[in-house]
Amino acid sequence: MNIRALPLYVTIAIFLLAYLVCWTQFPAMLSTRVIGNLLTDNAYLGIVAVGMTLVILSGGIDLSVGSVIAFSGVFIAVVLRDSTLHPLAVFAMLLALTTAFGAAMGFLIDRLAMPAFIVTLAGMFLARGAAYMLSIDSVPVVHPFFDWLEGLYWLMPGKGRLRLIGVVMLLAFAAGIVVAHKTRFGTSVLALGGGEATARLMGVRQGRTTVLVYAFSGLMAGLSGIVFTIYTGSGYSLATVGTELTAIAAVVIGGTLLTGGAGYMFGTFIGVMTMGLIQTYIVFDGSLSSWWTKIVVGVLLLAFILLQKGLVKLSQDRLAAGAGR
Amino acid sequence: MTRYLMSTAAMLAVSASAALAEGETIGFSQIGSESGWRAAETTLTRTQAEERGYELQFSDAQQRQENQIAAIRSFVAQGVDAILLAPVVATGWDSVLEEAKEAEIPVVLLDRQVDSAEDLYLTAIGSNLVHEGEVAGEWLAGEVGERDCRIVELQGTTGSSPAIDRKAGFEAAIKDHANLEIVRSQTGDFTRALGKEVMESFLQAENGGKDICALYAHNDDMAVGAIQAIKEAGLKPGEDILVVSIDGVPDIFQAMANGEANATVELTPNMAGPAFDALEAYWADGTMPEKFIQTESRLYTQADDPAGEYERRKGLGY
Repeated sequence: MNIRALPLYVTIAIFLLAYLVCWTQFPAMLSTRVIGNLLTDNAYLGIVAVGMTLVILSGGIDLSVGSVIAFSGVFIAVVLRDSTLHPLAVFAMLLALTTAFGAAMGFLIDRLAMPAFIVTLAGMFLARGAAYMLSIDSVPVVHPFFDWLEGLYWLMPGKGRLRLIGVVMLLAFAAGIVVAHKTRFGTSVLALGGGEATARLMGVRQGRTTVLVYAFSGLMAGLSGIVFTIYTGSGYSLATVGTELTAIAAVVIGGTLLTGGAGYMFGTFIGVMTMGLIQTYIVFDGSLSSWWTKIVVGVLLLAFILLQKGLVKLSQDRLAAGAGR
Repeated sequence: MTRYLMSTAAMLAVSASAALAEGETIGFSQIGSESGWRAAETTLTRTQAEERGYELQFSDAQQRQENQIAAIRSFVAQGVDAILLAPVVATGWDSVLEEAKEAEIPVVLLDRQVDSAEDLYLTAIGSNLVHEGEVAGEWLAGEVGERDCRIVELQGTTGSSPAIDRKAGFEAAIKDHANLEIVRSQTGDFTRALGKEVMESFLQAENGGKDICALYAHNDDMAVGAIQAIKEAGLKPGEDILVVSIDGVPDIFQAMANGEANATVELTPNMAGPAFDALEAYWADGTMPEKFIQTESRLYTQADDPAGEYERRKGLGY
């Protein structure tokens, strides 16, 4: 068994086991309704987690994404309210804006050799502040095209709804899997996360890779913002506070090494679904405090960090043993 | 690793609920527990559901709309019989309310409104803020009778709808009484500390408080702070200066029991009672309720057993 893939297997096993526990207690949890809801309700989180996975694989972190989602919502709502532009044009403008924003942060991180934590923290305040400047009230989005997008779904057997935004998330993950695991860029990202020295030896263009990684994360945050706006039909500057941390948690529960260099995009998908499942379980139960979501996620995070620490030590021991022989 | 799996499973299985009880299942998506009033609303909803034999599925959204939307979707998937929703913001509920409607699950809004089409929910329960101010003003007008009365007013947070509406209601109620006059009016920001501070300046400006006949505060907390200021100025609140305020929190009932406050208009946290009444009528014979059900703004004075009211309220979580 490939030891590097062990966290991924653990993630999948936990998800299946958790689903089994849920199903034995509430048979309705296995309905297409719940599955459709899991995809719809976690679409924005999943999309932003795709970007976050790549950032964490590269050994960085992006704290700005939650604010960027809120900014995107307010931006779309305000521009559609105050102009006659078509939503698709607004989407294109927004994605260009958030991608450039991410690229700029990546540029600063690389050129100034600053910790990603600091630069993206500044980005977080900047984006949230920009959202407040556009509007402090929640602004409803009123546009026939938007209503059409909102109502677009495929009725699965069993009355579950596979909504457009759920499909967008699945496509984002598919794209993420290709980018992270099937392209040269993805290999460069993993090499960068494995250590700058290694990356340089491998001939990775560090600056270019860093800028692209954060640009990708910005793009995903913008896309997630669009999805969130379709989801709530409004833009609100106070929305998605702390979503960056939820996304990081999903990535880690998905089996990606928080220090970078190893992990799987598919694991993040399972991580997001696991968190959604816990939330659904707590609503189904109805008597548990919703803060249990946070407690369970905290326990899972701790478990995964310990697991990874153990695996890293195990592989180092193996290497040492191999060298000694 | 097995240990981690086991602990996860154990966490998920914590307090596994037994089979659903007989009776209707009601999903309640609450905003959070940011204020004492909201905690009391949650407590009362639970007790009301218990008294009527409902199974209440409670979900605390921690002030986040996305959590509320997800909770409502889960309620629909679970097939509850009705949903209570206290919405955190007014916008963005259309598609999830449509899903509930298509699943034929009635939704009742509590305490706040949404901007969705009216046919997407059964009814909305709430108080009328203007009416609360009117009740307070009418009481004061009746209490002072024909004598002249100089009133000082502690306003809520500037620009907030309770502050605007409670002021308007009170002014409308005393408009026809020429002997009543608001001489000073400032914001106390709904807080106890600022209520005390502003009252101190009122007292200084009005001849040590001797020229003030009554205090109208937009909420009880400011009134409690002001009562402290009046006592420190050497006057007797409730006698030298009449005190009337709005909300009906436990502390004002204690002040009334001590004779230091005169009246309060209750903003009832019992939004679930009228909601369940409307649902029962709807289930019984399909009666469609009004789209807005106004809760009673009941006036409590010193004659209404304030000590007993305090005892009844102190355990609600205020």
